[in-house]
Amino acid sequence: MGATTYETSTPEQDKSHAGQPAIPARTFEVRVLRQERPGRPGYWERHRVTYERDMNVISVLQRIAEQATTIEGRKVAPVVWECNCLEEVCGACTMVINGRVRQACTALVDRLLQEKPQEIELRPMHKFPVVRDLCVDRSRMFETLKRVKAWVPVDSYLDMGSGPRQSPETQELAYLFSKCMTCGCCLEACPQFLKIELQAKPGETAEQVHARQQDQYNRSFLGAFAIGQVELFNANPIGKTNAAERLDALVAEGGIQVCGNAQNCVKVCPKEIPLTTAIGRQGRAATFHVLRKWFDR
Amino acid sequence: MPRPRVMIIGGGLAGLSAAMKLADMEEVDVGVMSLTPVRRSHSVCAQGGINAVNELTRQLGDNEWKHFDDTVYGGDFLQHQPPVNEMCIWAPKIIDLMDRLGVTFNRTPEGFRDQRRFGGTLFKRTAFAGATPGQQLLYALDEQVRRWEAAGTVKKYEFWDFLGPIVDSGGRCRGCVAQDMVTMEIRAFPADAVIIASGGCGAIFGRSTNSNACNGSAVSRAYQAGASYGNGEFIQVHPTAIPGADKLRLMSESARGEGGRVWVPRKPQDPRRPEEIPEGERYYFLEDRYPKYGNLVPRDIATREIFKVCVQEGLSVEKDRPCVYLDLSHLPRELLDRKLAGILEIYEKFQGVDPRDTAMKIFPAVHYTMGGLWADYEATAAGRLVIGSPRNQQTNIPGLYAIGECEYQYHGANRLGANSLVACIFAGLTVAPGVMSSLQSIPGGTADAQPSTLFDEACRQRTAQYKELLDRPAGGPNPYTLHQELGRCMTESATVVRHNADLAAAYAKVCDLEQQARRASLSDAGGWSNQNVVFVRALEDMFPLARLVVKGALARDECRGAHFKPEFDLGDIKATDPAAARQQAEQWCDRWEENNRRWLKSTVARPGPDGEPQLSYEDVNTSLIPPRPRLYGVTGGQMIEEAWRTRQRKQELRKDQLI
Repeated sequence: MGATTYETSTPEQDKSHAGQPAIPARTFEVRVLRQERPGRPGYWERHRVTYERDMNVISVLQRIAEQATTIEGRKVAPVVWECNCLEEVCGACTMVINGRVRQACTALVDRLLQEKPQEIELRPMHKFPVVRDLCVDRSRMFETLKRVKAWVPVDSYLDMGSGPRQSPETQELAYLFSKCMTCGCCLEACPQFLKIELQAKPGETAEQVHARQQDQYNRSFLGAFAIGQVELFNANPIGKTNAAERLDALVAEGGIQVCGNAQNCVKVCPKEIPLTTAIGRQGRAATFHVLRKWFDR
Repeated sequence: MPRPRVMIIGGGLAGLSAAMKLADMEEVDVGVMSLTPVRRSHSVCAQGGINAVNELTRQLGDNEWKHFDDTVYGGDFLQHQPPVNEMCIWAPKIIDLMDRLGVTFNRTPEGFRDQRRFGGTLFKRTAFAGATPGQQLLYALDEQVRRWEAAGTVKKYEFWDFLGPIVDSGGRCRGCVAQDMVTMEIRAFPADAVIIASGGCGAIFGRSTNSNACNGSAVSRAYQAGASYGNGEFIQVHPTAIPGADKLRLMSESARGEGGRVWVPRKPQDPRRPEEIPEGERYYFLEDRYPKYGNLVPRDIATREIFKVCVQEGLSVEKDRPCVYLDLSHLPRELLDRKLAGILEIYEKFQGVDPRDTAMKIFPAVHYTMGGLWADYEATAAGRLVIGSPRNQQTNIPGLYAIGECEYQYHGANRLGANSLVACIFAGLTVAPGVMSSLQSIPGGTADAQPSTLFDEACRQRTAQYKELLDRPAGGPNPYTLHQELGRCMTESATVVRHNADLAAAYAKVCDLEQQARRASLSDAGGWSNQNVVFVRALEDMFPLARLVVKGALARDECRGAHFKPEFDLGDIKATDPAAARQQAEQWCDRWEENNRRWLKSTVARPGPDGEPQLSYEDVNTSLIPPRPRLYGVTGGQMIEEAWRTRQRKQELRKDQLI
């Protein structure tokens, strides 16, 4: 295979490439809000990165890791961040880029520099505890999926034939919600979803802190993504058999009533999931659920 | 008595289906360890779908055997046939199960699952869920495993780096060692079986279509601990990917499955926009050269043709970067939105161009690892798998299993599109009963009954290696730069077209880079969430794999599936005169038979002294479908096929007379 085959082109080549915006600056600055570990103060650090064609924030962070040197020439540890698929289906690389919560992989440098020439600003999400730098702890989201029983309760994994037939319309609606990649954008933008970060009390073991944290998670607002999952599983022909349990979770402490209807969630969702539709529908379902329980008493 | 424990390394489709099935068997505790939260595993990237015979194809003459035949023919007969046969038999049941688990498969107006056609077959066998079937299948399994996690049967270890299996003096796997990637704690996990399900190793090629976590480290560490590695040289290069600075993003085969056409302007580097180029000035080279399969030729053929048209024939769309057009703009927008919205969004998001209006620019990229850890199977005389046999999916280290892309069994020399998802789930579901029966009587007792020194010593060794990394002096080579060099070297020498001289040079280069990597300096010596350590360690473990890939490719002097060495190509039938052509076809068949006697064998690599891979060759079980020439795209293929058929008939007659 030829040497140029998979190579990234040099900035000179970019100018000759029709259809690509010509970026006059060969380098640009990246400001990163860093934090060494939980409980430590954050601090800003500046890096200079050379422009390449087809760059996104992931490749910017890769260059920063490679250089490990600030704009002032100081040797520093590479910036820590989370990523995996790099094509916006895994949900790992969520961060706040130029003030907007989004995935780093689809944040294209050309566009960012058009918005704000010469500089890109990277911060971690502020609704989750920082693990280090841009990497945050989103385990609360996975715990929330347990809280709303986000699964289809099948009897077994033996061969029992296919699932029920479904209309294409039903499938298309379900697919909208099942694309949720647990990225956390909707929570970052939600005024009602608040950060939970506990400090260990004197003499408390890690397990005790963890248990206290779980308890707090379970009593706090579950967020739009989880309501979207309730919508998904309560509409599933087998999933609806335990719809009442999911509605119980929605009407418990930290449930759907906490939603203040700011509608930020639907605006920031990278997968354009109709979260406010789910909130509306599940809000009504929750009301009926409470009334039904009240009358059934 | 404590319950037996199984550790699964990797939480993609294979790992999670094994976890789910084991948990359902109710007699075992299951741990799932992963570099990422399992819901973010690389399986989410699969865009095509999942293959199985279905009611629709059945009525057009399809059956499980034909799926099996397409798979082994596509794989150029380099698979042991019984496991593949079994997989194809189970495939329809697997899709039914995934349907019950809530996978949002696309539907026909009447409410049945919809299917599309994929490469290497003439049937519409591929069920799909929007443009992200991998994501949808993974989520369904993730949800089931979460259900078991909530019940306390499964425990997840996410953000843990598997450092190696713990193998006792008797050669049995007793658990594994791993490091918490946040606290950096190193811990032993005693286990009665360890299942590696860690996916492919695209990272040894630098940029590929693989996710960040597909660095091959778990497989490499198992290999270095003595697990054999099969068919390392077989690496699939996907014909259609979108070039990018951080990764090469896949443009699914489903784009062609739904009617996408591949072309280049007849005039090299035609400056007009693609939609302005009239039909007559476009060269639809796949349709032209392969009228039967058209744009849906198997992946290795499509890759080589695109490569050839750009590099050898100079017809690349761009001058400074090789690429061809993949065109969907002639298809109705409604169809594209309904069936391909997700993958088209990817192109739009990363290139800023709407592929519904204008043709996409694409080029091949490293995509799939056909080879992997050597794994065993137990077959019946009729060529079925013995379900529940502890040998199924077991590596040569007893107690250590391998499933999914990280093992070598199902795809031979080339994987068919949409067969990987079914292979992953099938292996996950079948490894479970085998592991359960192995736990009935474990030689030497359970992991908990082993002396604690076994586990302490494993931890001590890995901790010493970790400390050595942290204590390295500054000023050594930059590990990130070394990784790029490794990727460049591997991509140039060991992908679409391979030449022995290049491979020999690449082997020396890889060994040199390996030496440099051992001195690579860390830029972070901290003890908290140190990604630098995890990266450098993974980089060092890429070299043993890179070496066995290159060495295997160098040794294999033939063309088979994805492994293409022009020097050893069996050639075309050039004669036009029927008699001469027939004679050439006979000679072609002679060469083909001779080549198979030498090379219809799996490469098995084991680490020798100084990390030098020791290669040996294993006969392939072709007891069910006799190998036949794979003739996609060979000029005079029909003539060869006739000659070969006559030969087969004669052989059968001779056999009958002897009997």
